[in-house]
Amino acid sequence: MATTPLLTAVSSGDALELRPAGSWTASNAAILERLSNDVSPQLDRAAAVRVDFAGVRELDTLGAWLLEKLSRRATSAGRRAETVGIADNYSGLIDEVRQVNRQPQALTPARNPVIAKLSDIGRATIGSREDIEAFLQMLGALCFAILGVLRRPRSLRLTSLTYQLYRVGWQAIPIVVLITFLIGAIIAQQGIFHFRKFGADSYVVDMVGILVLRELGVLIVAIMVAGRSGSAYTAELGSMKMREEIDALSTMGLDPVEVLMLPRILALICALPILSFIGAMAALYGGGLVAWFYGGMGPAIFLARLHDAVSVTHFEVGIIKAPFMALVIGLVACSEGLRVKGSAESLGKQTTTSVVKSIFLVIVLDGLFAVFFASIGM
Amino acid sequence: MQEADEQFAIRVRDLVVGFGRRIVIDHLALDVRRGEILGLVGASGGGKSVLMRTIIGLIPRQGGEIEVMGSPINHDRATRSAAGRWGILFQQGALFSSLTVRQNIQFPLRENLQLSDTLMDEIATAKLEMVGLKPEDGDKFPAELSGGMTKRVALARALALDPAIVFLDEPTSGLDPIAAGDFDALIKTLQKTLGLTVFMVTHDLASLNTVCDRVAALADGKIVAIGPMRDLLQSGHPWVRAYFHGKRSRMLHPQVS
Repeated sequence: MATTPLLTAVSSGDALELRPAGSWTASNAAILERLSNDVSPQLDRAAAVRVDFAGVRELDTLGAWLLEKLSRRATSAGRRAETVGIADNYSGLIDEVRQVNRQPQALTPARNPVIAKLSDIGRATIGSREDIEAFLQMLGALCFAILGVLRRPRSLRLTSLTYQLYRVGWQAIPIVVLITFLIGAIIAQQGIFHFRKFGADSYVVDMVGILVLRELGVLIVAIMVAGRSGSAYTAELGSMKMREEIDALSTMGLDPVEVLMLPRILALICALPILSFIGAMAALYGGGLVAWFYGGMGPAIFLARLHDAVSVTHFEVGIIKAPFMALVIGLVACSEGLRVKGSAESLGKQTTTSVVKSIFLVIVLDGLFAVFFASIGM
Repeated sequence: MQEADEQFAIRVRDLVVGFGRRIVIDHLALDVRRGEILGLVGASGGGKSVLMRTIIGLIPRQGGEIEVMGSPINHDRATRSAAGRWGILFQQGALFSSLTVRQNIQFPLRENLQLSDTLMDEIATAKLEMVGLKPEDGDKFPAELSGGMTKRVALARALALDPAIVFLDEPTSGLDPIAAGDFDALIKTLQKTLGLTVFMVTHDLASLNTVCDRVAALADGKIVAIGPMRDLLQSGHPWVRAYFHGKRSRMLHPQVS
C-alpha cells in the first residue's frame, strides 16, 4: 500500500508546478525531508508556485506540513502560491495544517556567559540560605513535636517507632557488622605491615582500639546509615509528598512532623548508638583476627594490650557523637523529602542531595566534636 | 478475509484474560470498524482497562486472538513494531516527567524517524496547536501542567506518529464539563481530519452521547451490547439498563428516556 514518495518540479515560464506523488507519510520521513529540501532553490527562483496534490496516495501531518512549508516559503517571499487537486479526505488535514506554526518561533536570547555564571553563583548562595532555613525549620518543628509528646506521652506513635527501629536498626546489623569487620581488619593489617619496620607492631592494638572506638566506628556506621536509611526516608517522604499523602494528613488535623518524622528520627537516634557499638565490636574483632593470623599476636595478648591501651573515655567519646549524627541524618533526610516536587526526577535529585548533604554534615560534625573533646581534655 | 481486514481496525476473538484464578475477560469478541469512534463502558473494576491493555499487549492473555490493523498481537517483536501504528492516552497522561512538553511529543518521532531538528520542532509545535495548546506551552514540564493540559499533551504525544488508531483510557475523567466537552470536540475533529479509529474507555455519558459512533458495554467479562447509543438505550440487558437508565443518567438526557 505504501509507495515511494516523489516530488516532481515542472517549471513553465517563471511559474513552478510541484507535483508530489506517492505516500507522503511519516514512515518516509527521511526521503520526504530530502525531497522538499531539494526543490527549495528552484522554489526561490520561481515567481509563482502551484502545488498539485492529485498524485498523493497517502498523506499525514508530516507530509502535509512539508508541502505547506513549501507553499508558505513562496508566499512569505511575496509570491503567489496555490494548491490544487486536494482529495476530499485530506482537505480537513490540510486546512488544519495551514493554521499551525503561524507564530514566529520565540528565540530565547543567548545569555552573557559571565552574567550567567554570576547569576548561578547568586542563586546557589540564596539556595544555601534556604537549605539552612529548611534545616532549622525542621529542627524547630521536631522540638515542638517532642514537647507535644512530653506533654501527652500517649501521642507518641509507638507502633511506628518500633517498626522504624526494626528497619533502621535490626535490619541494618548484618551489613554494618560486615563492613566494620572488614575496616577493622584492614586497619590492623596496614598497621602491622608498616609498624613492623620500626619493630613496633604491638602498638597496632593501640591504633586499632583508639581509632575504632573514638572515630572510625561511629563515622563509618553513620555514613552507612545515611546511605541506607537516610535515602529511604527521603524517598518515602518524597513520594508521599508527591501523592498528596502528607497534605491528607494535615487536613485530618494531624501534624505530619509528629506522625511521620518524629518516629523516624527517634528511631535513628536510638539505633545509631547501638549500631555504632556493634560496629566497633566487629571492627575490634576483625583487627584481633588479623593480629592473630597475620601478625602472630594471640588473642590473650591482644586483649591484654587492648585493656591497657583504651579506656572508657575513648568509648564514650565515640558513642556520645552517635545520637547527634543520627539527628543530623534524620533532619536532613526528612527536610529533603518534603522538598520533593511533582516529578520523578526531583525525587531522585532530592534523594541524592539528602545522602550527600548528610554525609558531609556528619563529617563536619565529627570535626567539631574532635575540637570540642580536645579542648575539654577527653 | 482481505475485505474483513480492510473493514476492521481491531478484531478480538474468544479472548480470555485472568489473574490467577479470577477470570476478568471471558471469551469476549469485539470488532472495531475502521474510522469509527467506539466507546467502551463497564462497571468500575469490571475489566475495561484490562481489555484495553490486553489489546495493546501490556497484559498477557490466557486464550483467544487479537488483530490490530490486520496484524496479530502477541508478546513478540512484531507487536512492538505494530506499536508504531497506534497511539495511547493513559488515564494519568503518563508523560515523561523529566522531559519538557515539546520533548515528550518529539520522543516517538526521535525514536522512530530520522528527521532534522528544525522539522522535529515544527512538527511538535504543529501537534501542540492541533490539540489546542500554545507553542509557548512546549517549554513547560509536565509537573507545571493542569489536568486538562496534561490530557491534551498526552493526546498530542499519542498522535505524534500519525497513528491509524488511538486508544484513550478515560480521556475526560477529572476534567470539568466545559473542558470535557472541548476535549470531546477535539477528538471528533482530529478523528475527522486524520481519519483515525478511536477506541475509548469512558464513563462520561455526555461524551458517549456526542462523540461515539458506537458504544460497547462490558459486563461479566463479555460484551453484552454493542451498537449506536440509541440501540443501547433500548437494550434489555439488566446491567445496561441500570447503567443508562439509572438516576444519574436520567438527569443527563431526560428527552431520550
